[in-house]
This record gives sequence, structure tokens and C-alpha cells, in this order.
Amino acid sequence: MIIQQLSVFLENKSGRLTEVLEVLGRENIRITALSVADTTEFGILRIIVSDPEKAKSLLKEQMFTVNITEVISVMAPDEAKYYAKVLKILSDIDISVEYTYAFSIGKKSIIVLRCSNNEKAIEALKAHEMELLKASDLYSI
Amino acid sequence: MEIWNRHFECMERDELRRVQGERLRETVERVYFNVPYYRNKMQEAGLAPENIQTIEDIVKLPFTTKNDLRDTYPFGMFAVPMSEIVRLHASSGTTGKPTVVGYTRNDISTWSEVMARTLTSAGADRNDFIQIAYGYGLFTGGLGLHYGGEKIGASVIPVSGGNTNRQLQLMHDFGTTVLACTPSYALHLAEAIEESDIDINELKLKTGVFGAEPWTENMRREIEHKLKVKAIDIYGLSEVIGPGVAFECMEQKGLHISEDHFYPEIIDPETLQVLPEGSFGELVFTTITKEGLPLIRYRTRDLTSLNHKKCNCGRTLVRMDKCLGRSDDMLIIRGVNLFPSQIESVLLEMSEIKPHYRIIVDRVNNLDTIELQVEVDEEFFQDKISQLQSLREKLLENLESAIGLGIKVTLVEPKTIERSEGKAQRVIDKRKF
Repeated sequence: MIIQQLSVFLENKSGRLTEVLEVLGRENIRITALSVADTTEFGILRIIVSDPEKAKSLLKEQMFTVNITEVISVMAPDEAKYYAKVLKILSDIDISVEYTYAFSIGKKSIIVLRCSNNEKAIEALKAHEMELLKASDLYSI
Repeated sequence: MEIWNRHFECMERDELRRVQGERLRETVERVYFNVPYYRNKMQEAGLAPENIQTIEDIVKLPFTTKNDLRDTYPFGMFAVPMSEIVRLHASSGTTGKPTVVGYTRNDISTWSEVMARTLTSAGADRNDFIQIAYGYGLFTGGLGLHYGGEKIGASVIPVSGGNTNRQLQLMHDFGTTVLACTPSYALHLAEAIEESDIDINELKLKTGVFGAEPWTENMRREIEHKLKVKAIDIYGLSEVIGPGVAFECMEQKGLHISEDHFYPEIIDPETLQVLPEGSFGELVFTTITKEGLPLIRYRTRDLTSLNHKKCNCGRTLVRMDKCLGRSDDMLIIRGVNLFPSQIESVLLEMSEIKPHYRIIVDRVNNLDTIELQVEVDEEFFQDKISQLQSLREKLLENLESAIGLGIKVTLVEPKTIERSEGKAQRVIDKRKF
């Protein structure tokens, strides 16, 4: 249920994101989800890709700072109340969400979460019968 | 124009050299018997005090550097017991340890004397209001000007640096006639006046005494035009005494060195040989009257040349040209001395950061800016913004406390800073001097 996400440190200058995507594109790496967190000076690109280990080494070769971080993913109807429910389940047992992003397909939304304790989060979400996604589920979307 | 001390400032050069020789002989004798560091160096060179009789003998003596002061930190080079020291000042050193200078009562009096010459040369007298916007404190700028101002009997306004609005208010309300600060701050003040309600014609400013950082003739013209003052350049370094080592006269054609106190030489920084008259090279000073911290052939690292021709102002004191750079990598940022190695030592103490860095210095709105670009360590990189930001803040704090200067910190991608086998290009100085 733990999903490997790539985090890439980016300076805020034009062309850096393009370079990352070109490096991955040349090797036919597929990107399922992407989000960028930015400050005035730098950003962190977070992507879920078809082959995280390979993507990591490709980017490292091109002198990017890359790390693999673990996230979890939940599928729910694309209504705000379900997103709220997911977050509430976690906050009720004092798990903090370091960041989250989401995208939707049809009537479903896929929520990605980075929690202070991913294992505990998975347990709690399962107990509330939330639908957790495996890495392979994500890549086959 | 008035001259504060006509006897020494206009002395025949032959007579001056005799005085310099006499004072050098006394200084060498004092350091030989009172400073083990100098005695050892002289003995290594096979020298005894009696080998130094005239000013020509000075070339036999070994050089002194900032490193020597650092090695003997804090008081190892002082030539008098601490009970004779009445004042301590300090400036930044190369690896975090400051360079400490001590003054006896006579040294303070000498300093006041050379500053009185400086201010008189800039046209100031007992009727003037001198606003001192140099920093007071361990930095010698503020107090150096202060004592000189009092010595000539002017009304001294010890406002110290910063707080631009208050500077303008005092300048206007007190009727300041002489402004003393760094040239870049003078320009900053000029612009602040333009933006304020104050009409420049209501101000009584007539002269500016500017120094502690390099500046160009263009800056001088701009300051003179905007502030409606005569802009006088002054030169000094705390090791030698502070401000007052050399000063321009109204001719503005070089800075007169008070060489009855500070004997200048120009050397080749590579071969260490004294260069022929008029040559461009590194300025070296020997203090020939100082008691607390006498310096023998101290290498300033400032590059300039000397002109011995008599000046139209009547002074015979040798003139040094504006300094055109340094023979080391020291930067002067808003009047503060900064060595890249100081930044490096802060970085080395932080495991999260690779000591790969680049310093970018610029001048924006007439104020120096300094940016440090530093690489994030790959092992340390996680994907949390908060973590990177707290790292940046920690670095900012460490730099501020080590250097005492606000530095903009930018985290950059690893390996983006050029690696070099030899001397890396660590500093990019975009300022034009």
C-alpha cells in the first residue's frame, strides 16, 4: 500500500521542470501524478512514475537531487466530503498530513497523502473501509 | 585653506625623513624589547635594534601580516602592559577571530591629531556641525571621526550608522554642515532626501568626509551633485590606527598620508621588493609613533601608488592614489571587511550543506548586497519544504552571528556550482569601482 514517490529539488529558474520531464520522456517513463511545491527561491517536484528506481538513477545521472519518498493513495468519489472524511480519520488519531494532492478520473478522485506515519494511516483508513491503492493500481490507470 | 599642523604637514622632505628615521629607530627598539614576536622575527633575520638607524634601513625589517595578528590573538603583539591600554577596537579576521587593536592614551591623542588634520583638510573647523553616520562600537569609524571632530572644536553629532529618517531629521534640524559616512550610505541618504519633503537647499551641508570602502570618481560626482557638498575621500585601517591614516585636501588629487606617524612603502606583492617611486603595488605601513600596537611593515593588501610631489594645497605629505583593488580576496561590504573563508568556515560547520558556494556581490540602490548561493547536500535532501527552509534560516543565523552582516542565502541544486582544480571562482563582484 506504500507508494514510492520521487521528490526532485528544483531551483526556481525556467527550464528546470522541462529538463526533468525530457529526461524521463526519453526512457518512456510514465508519470501518473505530478505536483510542485514552490517557495520564492526553490521548489520540490513530486511525481509518481512507472519505474521509480530507474527514474531516480536517470535523474541522478543528469545531476538532479532526487529522493524517493513514501506516500499513500486513496480512491474516493470526487466530492469534497470524502476528501474531508479521509483527512478527519487521520487527524482523529493525531496523524499529521505533511502534504497532499489529488486528481480525478471520471467520478473518482485519487488522493495522494504524505503522512507523519504512513503505516498507521493505512490501518486507520482500512478500518474505515476506505479504498487504498497499490503502486501497481496507480501505474495502470 | 587651513592646515591643522603646518609644522609636520608642510615639513621639508629632508627634515621629514630625518624625523621618520628617528621615530623608526625608537619604535624598533621598543618592539624588540617588548614584543617577543617581533624580537624573534628580527633575530631570525639576523637583526638587532642598532641595525636600524635611518629610514632607509626600514627595508631590512621583516613584514607583518594580518595572520601575525591572528596568531597572537588577542593581545600578543601589544608593546605595553595592559594597564597602559585605554581602548580596544576590533575588526573582522579571516577565520572568525577578530583583529584586535589596543590604544594607549598617547595613541588616542595621535589618532585625534590625525583626524583633526583630516577634518581641517576637508574644510571643517570649530564652527561646523559634524554628523557622524559611521558605526560606533568596535568598528573604528565612528569614534575615530568623533575624537577628531571634538579636537577641532566642532559640534559633533554622534548619530552612528543607519536609521535614515533620523539622519535626515537631525541634518535638517541641527543644520549639519559636515557629513561623515561611507560613500554608498551618502548616496543612499541623497536619494532619501529626494524622496522626502526636505528641500536640499534648506540643508546647510557643505562637505562630506567619506571612506571605509572603495568608490569611484563617478560616485564622487554623483554625491557632490546630489548632496551639494564637496566629497572628500579618507583612508584608514584599524590595524594602523583607524580612519585618519590618509586624507584628501580640497585639490582632490590623492590622499595625503600623515607620514610623520605612518611610514608608507609600495611593494610588489609577489617578490616583496620595494618598488621605485610612483610604481603601482601593495601599500605597506610602519607605525612610527604608536605605543599600544606598533606595526612594522604591515601589509595592507591594498593596491595603490605614491606621489611625492608637493601638493598645491601646500602640504608636503606624500599622496597615495585611490586604492584600486586588493592583493588578497577580502571584500568590503557596506564598510565591513569580509573574507570568503569566513563564510566557508560557517558552511563547514554545517553537515547538511556542502561547502560548495558562490558569493555574489552587487550594488542595488547604492547599497551593497551580498548573496550566498549554496548547494544542498544530496543525503540531506528530503521532500519537505519546511525542512529546507529551516536549513536556510539556520544558515542565515549562523552567518549573521559569525560575520555580523545580513546575507541573502539561496539554496541551489547540487553540483550547479562550478568545480575547479585550482582556485575556484568563489566570488562574483558585480560592483563597478
